[in-house]
Formats: sequence, C-alpha cells, structure tokens
Amino acid sequence: MQRYSAFSLLRHGINRHTTWAPAWRSPPLKDRYDVIVIGAGGHGLATAYYLAKEHGITNVAVLERGWLGGGNIARNTITIRSNYMRDASIPFYVKSVALYEAMTRELNFNMMHSKRSMIDVIQNYPMMRDRRRRQHIMDIYGSTYEQISEAEVRRRIPALTGGGPDARLPVVGGYVHTDAAINRHDAVAWGYARAIDAMGGEIHQQTPVTQLLRGADGRIEGVETPRGVIRAPKVAVAVSGHTTTLTETVGLKLPLRTMNLTAFVSEPVKPLVDVIVNCPDAGFYLSQSDKGSLVIGGAPDPGQSFRRDIKQTVFEDTVSAMLSLFPSFKKLKFLRQWGGHLDIAHDASPIQDETDVPGLFVTAGWWGGYKAIPAGGLTLAHLVATGRPHPLMEPFGINRFRHLDYVMETGTTTAR
Amino acid sequence: MMQIPCPFCGPRNESEFSFGGPVKPPRPDPSAVSDEDWTAWLTQVPNPLGPVQEQWWHVRGCGTWLPIWRDTRTHEIVEAPDDGR
Ligand SMILES: [Zn+2]
Repeated sequence: MQRYSAFSLLRHGINRHTTWAPAWRSPPLKDRYDVIVIGAGGHGLATAYYLAKEHGITNVAVLERGWLGGGNIARNTITIRSNYMRDASIPFYVKSVALYEAMTRELNFNMMHSKRSMIDVIQNYPMMRDRRRRQHIMDIYGSTYEQISEAEVRRRIPALTGGGPDARLPVVGGYVHTDAAINRHDAVAWGYARAIDAMGGEIHQQTPVTQLLRGADGRIEGVETPRGVIRAPKVAVAVSGHTTTLTETVGLKLPLRTMNLTAFVSEPVKPLVDVIVNCPDAGFYLSQSDKGSLVIGGAPDPGQSFRRDIKQTVFEDTVSAMLSLFPSFKKLKFLRQWGGHLDIAHDASPIQDETDVPGLFVTAGWWGGYKAIPAGGLTLAHLVATGRPHPLMEPFGINRFRHLDYVMETGTTTAR
Repeated sequence: MMQIPCPFCGPRNESEFSFGGPVKPPRPDPSAVSDEDWTAWLTQVPNPLGPVQEQWWHVRGCGTWLPIWRDTRTHEIVEAPDDGR
C-alpha cells in the first residue's frame, strides 16, 4: 500500500500528481470466496477490514450494488457519539467512538475527525431527568455527560436566541457530551476500502445481490447476482433498509421495518456553531460542516418507506422546530436534501447475529448507524470468524425477540 | 404532499393526519398459538417493497381513524392487493 504523508504529497506533487497508485484494485470476480459481505457501506467495509486484520480472513468479496461510498454512508449526518440510554448500548458506542478517534492513524487516511462536543438543549424537566439517568449509566462505562445551566447553553451556542421564558417550551438547561465528533464520511469508505485491498480483500461495485442461495442441507451456499452465482460458506448481510428484502429470498422473516431518515444542508456561512446541537424536545439537531453548511436532521417519515428523498411534511416540521430556537436561521437558503433507508427493529436496537439459515449473518437495525460503523464491523467480523458473538454485541442477538427480552432503545436524537 | 382520502372529508393533506402504525391481524390467544406465532405477532410486520396497510387518524379534521394501503416505494395510496395480505 502506498502510504500517505506530507512527504508523499510533495513527491507526487512534483510529478504533477500523475504517479499516485490507485487506492484499491478492481480484480476479476471469482466464483467462490470464504466470506461474502453484501453491501460496501460503512458496516460491510468495516466487517471485511476486521475479518482481515483481526482474524486473517482475506478471501473475502464485498459486493456493492451501487458505487463505493454511495449508500447510507453518504446519507447521514456524520455524528459520532456514545450518549445512549441502555447498559447494553453504551459500552458498544464507547468502543466505536474510540475506534473512530484512532482511525486516521490506523488507516493512514485523514478522517478530518473533529471532536467538538454535543450539547443537548433541554426544554422540559422529564427530559432533564432522562439525561441525569443516562449520565449515571454513562459514568459506569467511561462516556461523558455533564449538566450545564441555561446561561451556559446560551454562552456556548450564541446563535440560540429562541426558547426564552415566554416560549411554549423554554430552555431549562443542557447536557454536554464531550466525546461527540464529526468526521468525513467519504474518507471512512475510502480508507477502509484501501486497507481491505492492501490485505487482499476484494470490493466489487455494481454487483447487486438478487437472491440468497441455500443448499440442500439448509445452509447458506452463496448469492445470485447479474454477474453470475458466487459461492461462499458464510454470507454477511449489511444492507441497511433492504435486509428483509434479501432475507425473505430464503424465507427468513425478521422484526424489522424500513424507514426513511432525512437531512438537509444550508448554503455555506461563516463559522456560527462550533458544537453539535441536539434538541430532543424540539425534534432536530444540527452541526456546521468544514465547508460552512449547516447540516440539519429531524424526525423520520412516520410510516415505512423505501424512498430516498425528504417529505414536505417532515421538512416543514423540522424547519419550524429549528426556527423556534434559532430564529435568525430564517434567512438561510437551503442547498440540498437527502434521505437514507434504514431498518428499525421492534425494540429500536440493532440486530447482529447468525440467522436460522446456518452461515447467514445479518447486521441490521442500525438506527443512526454511522457512529456504529467501526465497532459494528469489529463485532460482526468476530461473529463470522469465531461463530460466537463478540461480548459487546451479545445482548443484540435475534433470540431476544423469541424470549421477549427486548433492549428498548430510544437514545437516538429524534426518536420520540 | 401526500393526500389521504378520508371517507367523510374527501382527500386531505397528510399534515392533517397523525400516523397510527401498521395494521396488524387481531391479537391471538397466546396459549392457543405456538410460541413462534405469538412472538411473530408481537414483533413482526410485513416490510415489502410495495403496498403496506396502515392506520391514519384524521386528528386535525373529523377525528376518524382510517386504514389505507400505501406503496412504500412511492408513498402513493393504492388499492388493496388481491391477496389482501
Ligand atoms: Zn376526515
């Protein structure tokens, strides 16, 4: 692998940047692998990376129906944090945040990781109590949460001028999560792809899986694609949103519904907000990108959806909620909007397990899955390689639905 | 904006409605069905690339609850599929 450094930039710059090696190859597609990973999104790539790095499994094909970095890894709000609700969830996200912080050095790829705190703007006392409860649990696992006063919230977010004493929901205080960060989503996809390639794994773009294939013994046998049948004794499904579409091709039903979560960005403006602002009572969150755009997210569409655009009602609700706290943003012009499919499990926690079809693994239900990418790949690689769940993922198996042992999680920003 | 046909008020904007979740079959008697069927009823809903049946509440209108079939790919309101899933 060609290493990136200031020196290599200088050296290739002298050669007018004509001497860079491609970051990954496009090898011919074989008809058999040890492991097939379906989906070259964040979770699929991280899985292939850790299969190679931690377990030495490199005869792996990652199959992607579109292009690298074009799925949900490009359709999120790049928020990295670990302020979740449940004992089962928090250590997993603490691990993921730590892996993200080490990623630039580990992958030799600049993630533009910007650790900048998330401030929860709290507008009623039940939410304050919920945050205090979370703080106690987070303290156990080494995540950070600290209460601040309303005055301190306003000092740290000067653009927050709404929510005064006469508002329907006045700001009563805040909570600061100093571990929170944003980074560059393309770099995550490209950095993993380059590292997988260097260790011998393969990434095949424009290769949609149309059907899972089961052998006479009931085990997974491989997948069908327009480029032909590809066989492997182990297949991992990491296709956010389309999990059931694929698993139903082998008659497997899962407690997942597909939803559309959307976001939009403003025109670039001068530095205005230097933290991630999360307003759980108003129902939106925002941060400012390096280019100066405000990146704004709100609630999902109410019903199931396989669309990838924003609904007018969702957009209007999010904007009016935002203007109640940031009235000056009324002058902002909006540039772009996007949506991503994600599947949400019955209890809103992820599902990562081997299924009833031996050799077929799923990683799904990642509601806010961007922050979970490195740890989700680490744990799935562990499960695929060893056949046993990683300790961090043990609570998130499929059997919890058989035993009605739910892990109810509404630790996402806009879950109501 | 999606327009939902209310039987009393005619087609009305989605913003007048509140989403009431997917329509489920009636609750089975847990002791009369298998564990598998019981947990499936509790935790699973159909998740097709296509029509789903769901409840909407005309909360900023006449107040009625109504079931519709909606295509998850387009958000179009469609006829009930033939197999009446
Ligand atoms: Zn009506």
